[in-house]
Amino acid sequence: MKNPSMVMLRRNFKHIARNPTSVFNAVLMPVVVMLMFVYMLGDAFSVGVPYVDYATPGMLLLAVCYGLGSVATSVNSDMTKGIINRFKVMDVPRGAVLTGHVIASLMTNLVAIAAIIGVAFALGFNPSASFVQWLGVIGIVVLLGLATGWLTVALGLFAKTPETAGLASVPLIMLPFFSSAIVPADKMGPGVKQFAQYQPFTPIIESLRGLLNGSAATGDLLAALAWLVGIAVVGYIWATSTFKKRA
Amino acid sequence: MTTTAIAVSGLRKTFGDKTVLDGIDFEVPAGTVFSLLGPNGAGKTTTVNVLTTLIKADSGTVRVAGNDVATDAKSVRSAIGVTGQFAAVDELLTGRENLQLMVDLSPVPAKDGKRIVTDLLERFDLVESADKSAATYSGGMRRKLDLAMTLVGNPRIIFLDEPTTGLDPRSRRTMWTIIRELLADGVTIFLTTQYLDEADELADRIAVLNKGKLVAEGTPEELKRQIPGTHVRFRFASFDDLDVAAGIMPESTRDDDALTLRVPSDGGTKSVRALLDRLDEHSLDAEEFSVHTPDLDDVFLALTGHDTAEVVAK
Repeated sequence: MKNPSMVMLRRNFKHIARNPTSVFNAVLMPVVVMLMFVYMLGDAFSVGVPYVDYATPGMLLLAVCYGLGSVATSVNSDMTKGIINRFKVMDVPRGAVLTGHVIASLMTNLVAIAAIIGVAFALGFNPSASFVQWLGVIGIVVLLGLATGWLTVALGLFAKTPETAGLASVPLIMLPFFSSAIVPADKMGPGVKQFAQYQPFTPIIESLRGLLNGSAATGDLLAALAWLVGIAVVGYIWATSTFKKRA
Repeated sequence: MTTTAIAVSGLRKTFGDKTVLDGIDFEVPAGTVFSLLGPNGAGKTTTVNVLTTLIKADSGTVRVAGNDVATDAKSVRSAIGVTGQFAAVDELLTGRENLQLMVDLSPVPAKDGKRIVTDLLERFDLVESADKSAATYSGGMRRKLDLAMTLVGNPRIIFLDEPTTGLDPRSRRTMWTIIRELLADGVTIFLTTQYLDEADELADRIAVLNKGKLVAEGTPEELKRQIPGTHVRFRFASFDDLDVAAGIMPESTRDDDALTLRVPSDGGTKSVRALLDRLDEHSLDAEEFSVHTPDLDDVFLALTGHDTAEVVAK
């Protein structure tokens, strides 16, 4: 018998490779959104710095979120088609089944992140981050991928149908737009502004932004870490308990 | 292996305030086919889920292959194979890859893997499509692949939850043949179905499940005998003969157009002989004679008092 986690992960990779739509959504869509905002509309935003420098951190976040829809759908179809039950009866550890999805999702995220960074540089992105700060950026992005990955796996397990699972991940795709990703929160209308200021993605984006221009605020970093760990823990607990309960 | 493959007593399960299983008892001897028969929403899948360790019962004891499903799920899992209600195949993988996935996840030695996969593909007549993605398979092929996947670890007890639902008649026949072959190998089979002819065709014993309760249990023949309605049917050559016969058998119902006479009878040799003797005494000759036993449809109707209680499943 082989290591079940590796078997599961290989299965998830095969899925991604054979389902070009998911790759398109996860990698190409964020790039398209980035080109739209930065290349097409960028000159219209006045944020005090070159727009590509302002927008890139938010686009990194967007790149992670866009990958999640297909994760929720594929987890859910494993559930509703009885594949997870089959694994359960075969005594495949739940860790292996769920981690396979999360790791595969993270790998897709990293490809999308690489694409976004490449496009950013092509558009004139000029970060002043040191090597250590770059490591910090990568660390936050990986943690973000894991946290939202677990949350999405939980959503996928919980949803009744693949369609609702896909729908459930829409807020995660929309949330970056209601944060400081595209424009600073204080330029938004009342209500939205407060929401944008206090929602989890804003400190995460501000941390990335700070790290990339070489001046991260400790407050943002702590808030970002707290949110990320919180989301990861909730997602993990929710996912594993749903996995155990649902048949 | 004990001679009892599955023993269930006092099994109860509720979801919220809905009682799905309301105290179920049965035993399945090793090497036999046991069929749980019932309409949608009767609790068949819930029963399978409890028996296969997927969900926990609220009360009652369930022993599968001699092990308690609640306290020793691991031992139960190593003895069973389950084919769920939906063909649980990975559509993005090919048939061969699906089987290989099962090999990789089961405790069979890796060196036997290739042979096991090839054997199963051949046995289930899937060689030609082995390297096509399962998404392109027909319903019947998916079911076959699903069952083949279940057999990878060579389980001694197999659960089949509605294995032929949605299949065309030919694929159903194929599935039945496969099930009979498994039985010939000494495997115990627990089968749920909403098709009465399927239970009749395959099962050694049938339990009829309705609204979470077993309303009857026995061999197909026993079940059919449990309800009134067995009768002997005579067809006569002429109206006159029919008229005379109807006269000497007052308990009968006549059909003047078909020239037939239906006489209630238990179908046993003694009562049939008595009937024939009575005809003989009056020198009557029936053209045709048959004993009509009601089929399981009749049984189901009689036992549950309704034809199909279409409660939405689960």
